[in-house]
Amino acid sequence: MSGPRSLFGAAPAHLGRAQAEALCKRVLGFSTADEMRVNVSSGSTANTRFAVNQISTAGDNTNVSITVRAVFGKKAGSATTNRVDDESLRAVVKRAESLARLAPDDPEMLPELGPQTYAPAGGYDASTAALSPADRAAAVRAITDRAATAGLVSTGYLEANGGSQAVATSRGLFAWSESTAAALTTTVRTPDGTGSGWAGATSHDWSRIDPAALGARAIEKAERSRNPVAVEPGRYTVILEPTAVGNLVQLIAGAAQARAADEGRSFFSKPGGGTKIGQKVVDERVTLLSDPLDTEAYGSTFGGDGLPARKITWIQNGVVQNLAYDRWWAQQKGAEPSAFPGSLRMLGGSATLDEMIASTERGLLVTRLWYIRPVDPRTILYTGLTRDGTFLIENGRITRAVKNLRWNESPIFMLNNVEMMGAPVRVSASESGGPGQAVVVPPLKVRDFTFTSLSDAV
Amino acid sequence: MLALDAAKSAGASYADARISRNNVRNVSTRELRVLGLVDNETFGIGVRVLVEGAWGFAATNELTRDEVIRVAQQAVAQAKANRSALRRPVELAPVTPTPEGTWRSPARIDPFDVAIEEQVGLLLQANEAALKVLKPGGRGMGFVNSSMFFLREEKTLATTDGTFVVQTIYRAQPSMTCQAVNVQAGDFQSRQSTDIQPMGRGYEHVLDANLVVNAERWANEAQEKLKAKSVDVGRYDLILHPTHLWLTIHESIAHPTELDRALGFEANYAGTSFVSPPEAVLGKLKYGPEFMNVQADRSQDGSLAAVGWDDEGVKPDEYLIIRNGVFNDYQTTREQAPYLADWYRSQGREVRSHGNSYAQSWADVQFQRMPNVSLLPGERDLVWDDLIAATDRGIAIVGDGSFSIDQQRYNAQFGGQLFYEIRGGKIVGMLKDVAYQIRTPEFWNSMDMLGGRRSYELGGAFGDGKGQPAQSNAVSHGCPPTRHRQVNVINTGRQS
Repeated sequence: MSGPRSLFGAAPAHLGRAQAEALCKRVLGFSTADEMRVNVSSGSTANTRFAVNQISTAGDNTNVSITVRAVFGKKAGSATTNRVDDESLRAVVKRAESLARLAPDDPEMLPELGPQTYAPAGGYDASTAALSPADRAAAVRAITDRAATAGLVSTGYLEANGGSQAVATSRGLFAWSESTAAALTTTVRTPDGTGSGWAGATSHDWSRIDPAALGARAIEKAERSRNPVAVEPGRYTVILEPTAVGNLVQLIAGAAQARAADEGRSFFSKPGGGTKIGQKVVDERVTLLSDPLDTEAYGSTFGGDGLPARKITWIQNGVVQNLAYDRWWAQQKGAEPSAFPGSLRMLGGSATLDEMIASTERGLLVTRLWYIRPVDPRTILYTGLTRDGTFLIENGRITRAVKNLRWNESPIFMLNNVEMMGAPVRVSASESGGPGQAVVVPPLKVRDFTFTSLSDAV
Repeated sequence: MLALDAAKSAGASYADARISRNNVRNVSTRELRVLGLVDNETFGIGVRVLVEGAWGFAATNELTRDEVIRVAQQAVAQAKANRSALRRPVELAPVTPTPEGTWRSPARIDPFDVAIEEQVGLLLQANEAALKVLKPGGRGMGFVNSSMFFLREEKTLATTDGTFVVQTIYRAQPSMTCQAVNVQAGDFQSRQSTDIQPMGRGYEHVLDANLVVNAERWANEAQEKLKAKSVDVGRYDLILHPTHLWLTIHESIAHPTELDRALGFEANYAGTSFVSPPEAVLGKLKYGPEFMNVQADRSQDGSLAAVGWDDEGVKPDEYLIIRNGVFNDYQTTREQAPYLADWYRSQGREVRSHGNSYAQSWADVQFQRMPNVSLLPGERDLVWDDLIAATDRGIAIVGDGSFSIDQQRYNAQFGGQLFYEIRGGKIVGMLKDVAYQIRTPEFWNSMDMLGGRRSYELGGAFGDGKGQPAQSNAVSHGCPPTRHRQVNVINTGRQS
């Protein structure tokens, strides 16, 4: 190999700025295309799984990915490799170029970007990237030992990864950033299978995650959720813990694409034509934004094409402020394009969870939502179920555990029915328990949340 | 071999090494425009080791001598760290090693040998056919997206048991989505090309899909959905087409009969299972009517899960998960089969893995993933039209749509692509906003009609997620059409 002998001989296991820039230059040097873009991501991911109070599997991997986009006139093609020797890089450039030559003209082709200015990115923590198998095993034991002592069954997942992303173009653009992410989630069940509790956390900084506290929370929920009773499906006042709010609210950002809205095939389409920008769509206390420099939820400072990511307020005081525009659609509509920062924050209020419960005559307390899938994109209507800690509230108190329920609901409908809001916190909002996108949301009390059937699942 | 030797020297009692090269091609278009032409290649090695009953795994993209040795030693270090939290050491069921084996998907045309212009041209031609109906841009019109996705995986597995096998796996998925829009009414409806399911085949699968001919029909069906009647909620007899039913089988039969779920190993993400504990359900749980038989295999011609050997060197067998309506067996790996030793001995069977181990790439550790799980056709030669003719009041559902199921696989909700109202044995019109909700045991026990062999089709999931970190599996599900009595149907079209 004529490339670096080993990318990953010593920590950190990803390309630094200078290494990434040198690699991009090598690739661009092989180009015969009119224009070229190179995206390089590299890093390591490490995980430990545990089940039935013991570690089941663990592993780590290191990888690098080099994607080349070649352009001839209005034709483009892309190819990716994970090898960094000159022969492989030449080959990947050649593949991208031969795909591009054979492509039809793209009427929406824009030139690659030249040099851009980027805000300095946050979100990298060296000790998180270097978490060892023994560190991870120790964190897991803080949960499994306690669960075993309590006569309960714990299962869970810890992931820590570190890496860097870079993009360069033949017009002189170069952007690089490094990031880390850690997530720990656990589900604790009673041995008789009638109770289940969950807790989870994610951060770019492992030291902000407290394994023992997560274990204690999941254990408490498991014990309190034993022997649930059935309640009639229907519309309920619900108190959604922050994780459940994050599960739903993040779906709004995913639907906020300007082009689909302009084309009449989105919730954000205005009947008769155009978008709902400027229209009030949810309660006036609701503000949703993405800020790549949010210290609790760092996002990426540039997109795949090198476009800087800026702070975007999607909804301000209930009114749609912005939708996501790519460069082409922004040009068509006279809007400002932005890369999606990959993080989301919803502003909150001052109510505590206890105050929400105390103010509720009859309702349900929901820990988290699960198997969330789209049903009707016209209203951002999704279906899913409650899971791992669902409780009945009567006369201002939690009285008992209830069976899980299937819901059919839209975060838009939900945010029109807000009664109380708490302080926003970072949540683990991805179903798979991985770090996912960074989401910071408050707990909410909302009325008329629609449950359509009962589930016997614990 | 270098990896296996290094792992053994470092203290592993068992090790396997997988080297794979995955090539992916993705061609995507919308209307008369190419969105992406992408060729991806990833290459690397993953080493899994067992040290005193604890697993360890490490992987790298760099196949130099030093790095392979480092990765093998790293896997052993993982395993040693994991021993600290060990309660039941891993025991592996016996395997018959294959010292030299090769296997290849039944692909006639390698998609990577086909000129990209031909692939692009076919998609744009299909889009054009759809746009004759939907017309590009403007008000009250529509849109079309189409794509082709191909995988070629060349995978070599070596184990310390003496297995060395090389396999070449192909998968192909052509797909289209036609979307009709009524801007004035603020309405839009989609028709996805679920008639064409992903397969473990080559480019011939795309040619056989008749995209250009079908595109116009899909576009017309999207338009028709705009004008369809919104369904009245209630209980209906449902007639489910194989292009729809495969997903219901996937969620409500295939997933709950994974042994790792039943034992609690996936409780934190995928969930556990109502088909549990094993001793209470094997040979006892009545899953459905007596004529219900569900087979697991990795051998159906052109199926997505077909392989010669699984990712721990076991030659997969064919077995019945449900026999004559009663739960009969779980999906297993070498680690899992010993958990069922008592059941297998009571049946006079050996304790062997069913060969259901799989990892999505060299970078991921293998674990239990489902094989093809298929509902076998009935003995009577019934087809779709026969089931409709026999139904007085019901809904016929074609194509898979929205899906969601709880973590023990009891409560599920399914949408679809097309919904037809049935009255007096005839289709009388199209419906929309339809989803049905089930409780799995009641749903399968409510099945009272089943198509015959002539009406059996393979559907498939291309990206079935399970595990942490989540890995994607591809699996086919064969079935004939079925009828289910008095299923709860909801209306999903509410506006507030």
